[in-house]
Amino acid sequence: MTDGEVLDRPSVVFDERLSLVVGMLQRFTWRQAAVDDSNSRIELGGSITIDDAAALWKRISETRAQVEGLRRVELELGQIQMIDGACMALLVQFRTDLRARKVECEFSGGSEEVRRIVHLYGGRKKGRQTRPRRRPVSAIEQVGAATLAVFGEAKQILDFMGRLVASTWHVLRHPKSLNLRDVGLTMERAGADAAPIVLLINFLIGFVMAYQSAAQLKQFGASIYVADLVGVSMTRELGPLMMAIIICGRTGAAFAAELGTMKVSEEVDALRTLGFLPLPFLVIPRMLGLILVAPLLVLMADAVGILGGALVASLTLDITATSFLIQLQSAVKASDILSGMIKGVVFCAAIALISCQQGLATSGGAEGVGRRTTSAVVSILFTLILLDALFTVFLAMFGI
Amino acid sequence: MGHGKTTLLREASFEVERGDIFVVLGGSGCGKSTLLRHLVGLETPLAGEIHIAGVGAPRLEGAAPRYGVMFQSGALFSSMTVGENVAFALQGWTQLPVDAVDAIVRSKLALVGLEGAEGKLPAELSGGMRKRAAIARAMAFEPNLIFLDEPSAGLDPVSAVELDELILALNRNLGLTVVMVTHELESIFKVGKHCIMLDRESRSIIARGNPSQLRRESHDPRVRRFFNRETSVPQWQ
Repeated sequence: MTDGEVLDRPSVVFDERLSLVVGMLQRFTWRQAAVDDSNSRIELGGSITIDDAAALWKRISETRAQVEGLRRVELELGQIQMIDGACMALLVQFRTDLRARKVECEFSGGSEEVRRIVHLYGGRKKGRQTRPRRRPVSAIEQVGAATLAVFGEAKQILDFMGRLVASTWHVLRHPKSLNLRDVGLTMERAGADAAPIVLLINFLIGFVMAYQSAAQLKQFGASIYVADLVGVSMTRELGPLMMAIIICGRTGAAFAAELGTMKVSEEVDALRTLGFLPLPFLVIPRMLGLILVAPLLVLMADAVGILGGALVASLTLDITATSFLIQLQSAVKASDILSGMIKGVVFCAAIALISCQQGLATSGGAEGVGRRTTSAVVSILFTLILLDALFTVFLAMFGI
Repeated sequence: MGHGKTTLLREASFEVERGDIFVVLGGSGCGKSTLLRHLVGLETPLAGEIHIAGVGAPRLEGAAPRYGVMFQSGALFSSMTVGENVAFALQGWTQLPVDAVDAIVRSKLALVGLEGAEGKLPAELSGGMRKRAAIARAMAFEPNLIFLDEPSAGLDPVSAVELDELILALNRNLGLTVVMVTHELESIFKVGKHCIMLDRESRSIIARGNPSQLRRESHDPRVRRFFNRETSVPQWQ
């Protein structure tokens, strides 16, 4: 083979080289001889183990392509010293394929040991039906299945919401049934433990926003309005939204995974048999914990976001902290801060509800837990944006 | 009984006497665990009724447990210690002070051979110990009736025997009625006083009575195949 050939048809040359190497490595013999016009015998010999499986399958594939016109093929195993289960399975498959093409095929010969392997892997039985190929699903079927899945999911969500309302009423009538321990734990995990990352992310958001807008505002001699931009954006929109996104990825995923694992390990069933309802015991405390920490997290997010903006204003626009603060006070109203806090509370309630619903709907072991956790995060993110849009419209309608 | 549109059991009528060790047996996929879930109230039958001690089966809507349940994997709450698991129902449904609850927890754990394990987390226990702890939790509220789902599943032979001995001791010394789902032959013959056998193909009960008697006297090939461990898989010569 010349270099030119290699360059012209690299994949074919690679296959040939691979075949050569495989052929050199195989330790078995495969001799095909025609008994007469319509009958053929294949004599196998040597040791055939998993290391030879690729070479064996290659021989089988080549032979399968040449059986046109044959009525019977005999697989003679008398010269085989050793064959393992995997290679036996390939020979059984070969026999099944031939029978499917109306070519009679049987094993013959072989030592006691070889016959045992033949017996174990179904070599004695008549060829089984090959597994029917799954036909491709049409687009209409896929749309139909997806629609049914959406309706099924919607039904589950409605069921969950209904049970949540009933559970909330139950808790109001029987306050002792509320699992207060989990309220405190949730506040610690979602509040105190999440604070550092909420602060960092929002500081950077404020920093970047001010930096990007500084150049534009400077052109119009309106540098001071960077305080308005950062202040109003953070308090009304970005503070609560970024906080919610962080809580979604951190706490929402954790809730879904935790409850999903409890579901698949029957802990939720055990809870029910001990007389405790899953929603008051598992869901409502988590929701309550998140709702209680939401306002503080939003305020913290707003504050550090504005701080980031103030830093940029000071470094690039020569705006002093005092000037920034005075401008901020005139731009940001109490309603901005309050609407942001209310958004944060609603976002956190949505995070808790969706993640817990997805967790409690889990089935199918570890794979199911992973699937539901992913679904929870995606659903929450979508819901957050939707809620944010609704809030924007709603607040605009009332001039807030 | 079944899930969604799938009926796993078409007919399942039986009675369990007080003080009995009643075994529900059958091959994999015949509906044993599904039957158990219906009996304890986790699922609602598609048709028919369940009565326990003359009262309809509970619907698990937030009431003190009437009986104990041990799940196949133990289902201990992984975030709580063994002691907290056993104390769970006591703390939720009684006004007992903490030290009284602790005393009861210690006694329950001693009953199942887990003295001193109160402070351990479930992950720190072996499979057999987790099942014992689950039995202790199921016993905490002094039930007269306990349901066990595959108690020996996944246990080594020694632990399985120990668990069988525990079940016998609880039944003998406390008069506890036990309804047990299993397909472990050793357990069936050792602890079972009465049994029903479910069959996947016919989706019904195909045998009932004393396990040893059934093995000796049943002419049903499905029953004989189950008890004699006959398979359709090719055997080595």
